[in-house]
Amino acid sequence: MADLSLSSVEKHFGGTPALRSITTRITDGEFVALLGPSGCGKSTLLRLLAGFETPTRGAISIGAQEVANAATGQSVPPEARNIGFVFQSYALWPHMTVWRNVSYPLEVRGLSKQARAEQTARALEATGLTGFEARMPSDLSGGQRQRVALARCLVSDPQAVLLDEPLANLDVALRAAMQEVFLDFHARTQATMIYVTHDQAEAMAMADRIAVMDQGQIAQFDTPQALYARPRSRFVAGFVGEGTVLPLDGVRQDKDGLVAQLNGASFAVAADTAQPDHICLRPENIVLAETGDLRCVVQRCTYLGGRYRLTLLGPHGEQLVAESRSAFKTGAQLGVSLRMPWAFKET
Amino acid sequence: MQSGIRFGGSRSEDRLLACVLLIAIAVTLTPVLRLFVEGITVGDQLSLGRITDVLSKPSTHSALRHSLFTAGLGTLVSLVIGGGFAFLVALTDLRGKGALVFCLMIPMMIPPQITALSWTQIMGPSSVLLRTLGMAPPLGAPQPLYSAGGIILLLGVQHTSIVFLTLRANLRAIPQDVVEAARISGVRGLRLWWQIVLPLCLPGLMAGIAITFVTALGNFGIPAMLGIPAGYSTLPTLIYQKLAGLGPAVLGEVAVLAMLIGAVAILGIVLQRICQARQVVHLVGAVSRPLEIPLGRLRLPVEVGLWLTVTAILVLPLLGLLATSLVPAYGVPLRPDTVTLASWQEALFRQPMTARAFQNSFLLSIGAAAVLMAICVPLAWLMDRHPTRLARLFDSLVDLPYALPGVVLAIAMILLLIKLPFTEATLYGTIWIIFLAYLARFLAVMFRPIQASLRQLDPAMNEAAQSVGATLFQRVRTIILPLSAPSAAAGAILVFLTAFNELTVSALLWSSGTETLGVVIFNLDDSGETVMASALAMSIVLVVVALMAAVQLSARRLPKGVVPWQT
Repeated sequence: MADLSLSSVEKHFGGTPALRSITTRITDGEFVALLGPSGCGKSTLLRLLAGFETPTRGAISIGAQEVANAATGQSVPPEARNIGFVFQSYALWPHMTVWRNVSYPLEVRGLSKQARAEQTARALEATGLTGFEARMPSDLSGGQRQRVALARCLVSDPQAVLLDEPLANLDVALRAAMQEVFLDFHARTQATMIYVTHDQAEAMAMADRIAVMDQGQIAQFDTPQALYARPRSRFVAGFVGEGTVLPLDGVRQDKDGLVAQLNGASFAVAADTAQPDHICLRPENIVLAETGDLRCVVQRCTYLGGRYRLTLLGPHGEQLVAESRSAFKTGAQLGVSLRMPWAFKET
Repeated sequence: MQSGIRFGGSRSEDRLLACVLLIAIAVTLTPVLRLFVEGITVGDQLSLGRITDVLSKPSTHSALRHSLFTAGLGTLVSLVIGGGFAFLVALTDLRGKGALVFCLMIPMMIPPQITALSWTQIMGPSSVLLRTLGMAPPLGAPQPLYSAGGIILLLGVQHTSIVFLTLRANLRAIPQDVVEAARISGVRGLRLWWQIVLPLCLPGLMAGIAITFVTALGNFGIPAMLGIPAGYSTLPTLIYQKLAGLGPAVLGEVAVLAMLIGAVAILGIVLQRICQARQVVHLVGAVSRPLEIPLGRLRLPVEVGLWLTVTAILVLPLLGLLATSLVPAYGVPLRPDTVTLASWQEALFRQPMTARAFQNSFLLSIGAAAVLMAICVPLAWLMDRHPTRLARLFDSLVDLPYALPGVVLAIAMILLLIKLPFTEATLYGTIWIIFLAYLARFLAVMFRPIQASLRQLDPAMNEAAQSVGATLFQRVRTIILPLSAPSAAAGAILVFLTAFNELTVSALLWSSGTETLGVVIFNLDDSGETVMASALAMSIVLVVVALMAAVQLSARRLPKGVVPWQT
């Protein structure tokens, strides 16, 4: 197991940048999720770590070893990095049995037959595949194939495990079960794991830290709680937890803290900078009251089970999402007050 | 939908399908059936006597042995060259792959008799190129290519492209992930090739080998140009010699020989079908980009090696052909003061026979391309929409006239058309018999690209037109034709290319006045006019390469799978 570090890594495909100047560090034993919309560069970053691509600029280290450096042009090929990789399509070898698929990495490393048998049996047991040794990949269900892929990548005790949207091809029920498998596996082995996904619920549920990516850059790298409570850009605020972002008219320092102005209303905000210019509104920041600061019109009212989700239209055309215990008619007028929303300065 | 109530469009489609299918079957499959009937009858009686008679002749035995020997070892040569190229081009990070692929396709498109002619121009005592360089063997030394070895070598070169194409298509279908998963598990170098890549492409490779063998078996141009001077007969040349020497009197006998070679070919085709069917099953996963495994320091030497091979099998022979075409008489070395375009002028503008051949080949090729396009566009579309049992049967047999050796089809055509039923008229000796044979032989060449592109069309296109009330005719004209036009054009160019170069079928069907270009080159060389044959051959090579380049340049705008060398 080892730290992973990237310094000023860039990757261009035929002149168009896919990754721009990424510098970050992932510590030993962490479970990190790379989260972002499609085309943000998260898979490219993973493939750079695995060695399937080489960086256009910058350097990558795994543990004490520098595995890629664009300046010197040296790059350790994927087969020499001792990394586990779980593919979205599982990428099982169709001409080998489950047993051979899992034991093949050990066979390649030239282990003795007995050591191979022991480690393979252990990996199959850890993924709940005992009894499936003689099956061919084509005879397995999606979840079983994913387990074989996981067993294959952990059998050789890799320095880090990279997972490229491993649950994207599974149905919802199976996804939850496989999340458990991954978490158990991480808890037991304490392996460094990097997990690419576009599903924020999946990232929030599993990762110690999440790197939110946008247009080839890491927009914010934080714990799931910090990402939700303290986003630092409009993109992160909007992408994580569906926050509504509004620009502020101004802020002043009061004796109790920061007070922001928006469309003539004043309210206290939480911030860690003196001059924030945006606020992020979550449903819990919006209180419906007749005496509210903002007058809004109900645009849509959706039942979520036990509560309603209200889409509101503010006086200047801004859209807010609030939650309520009672239903409202479309077109109804409401007063809204804002309770301690998070304010940040867009960089 | 209940049986009584159907869309009007659908019923007219059924009728049209039946009609077009009938024409296509009449064109392609009746000759093969007719040949079969001839083999098993004597007079009007069912009899196997003729078969046993021909099969017991020693000349049959030796020709069969020679055919199997040269086709088998020729396939091995193709496998070594084409297989090597395919693995390196499809799997590694070589540069200039496009140019390599294009150069490897040229041997397939150059007619075999021109291949043979060009190779004989760089070997042997009277080679103009060797004499110019002062490297020619002494006069009287044998031409080394006039032998079984020469036939094997050239068959191998000629069919390299087939192994290359099928294997490359298969390699590109291997999901990138599967190979990457092996690399991340620590597999490297030859082990990756041997334990992962090879098992996955083996069925495809076997299919490629089988079809290469069948094609080599049916090749007429190479054994005719190299084997006849050496007295070495294969089945196609034996049939040609018998028919050319004795005329239609020996039709019954050559029909049996044609059936014999056809039977061997069908074994190969069946093997190929079996392998192909096994191929499809287990390849699942994302095929995103072609693989690019880095060769590292080996890259430059490998690239040099591949280009040297291309030079040896393509550039050198064509240079030899060019050199021969530029001298005033065969055997004169090429020097600045001897260079002349006289033979080009003679071949292209003076000789009435070559002018006639150009005209014949041109009209035959254009005509075949046009008629086949008119048949294949509606046929492919209707078969895709209504996969009836008859349509599916036809789909599995449509390749037969093209896959079967050309002599088989030629004999079948003669049998079918030498005496038209209910009349005294005959098409034998007219240009129409060649034209009908071309229609039968090249239907698959036109049909497959159109079928490939129509399968990628969204069926909703047609249904949308139907829903706004367009009739069948309107839909074909305004929806189906424009959408399939690019691939139909590509198919037409391919038919034109193959028909323009064709020798095997026309060699048995021509008569004075209906010569094709292939026949004229063969005859010119046969009668010692090597210089003129070279000039004519060179001009055909130029036409072929120009047409291929035209297809290549428009390949971007064509649907996937339409250009055969772009998979």
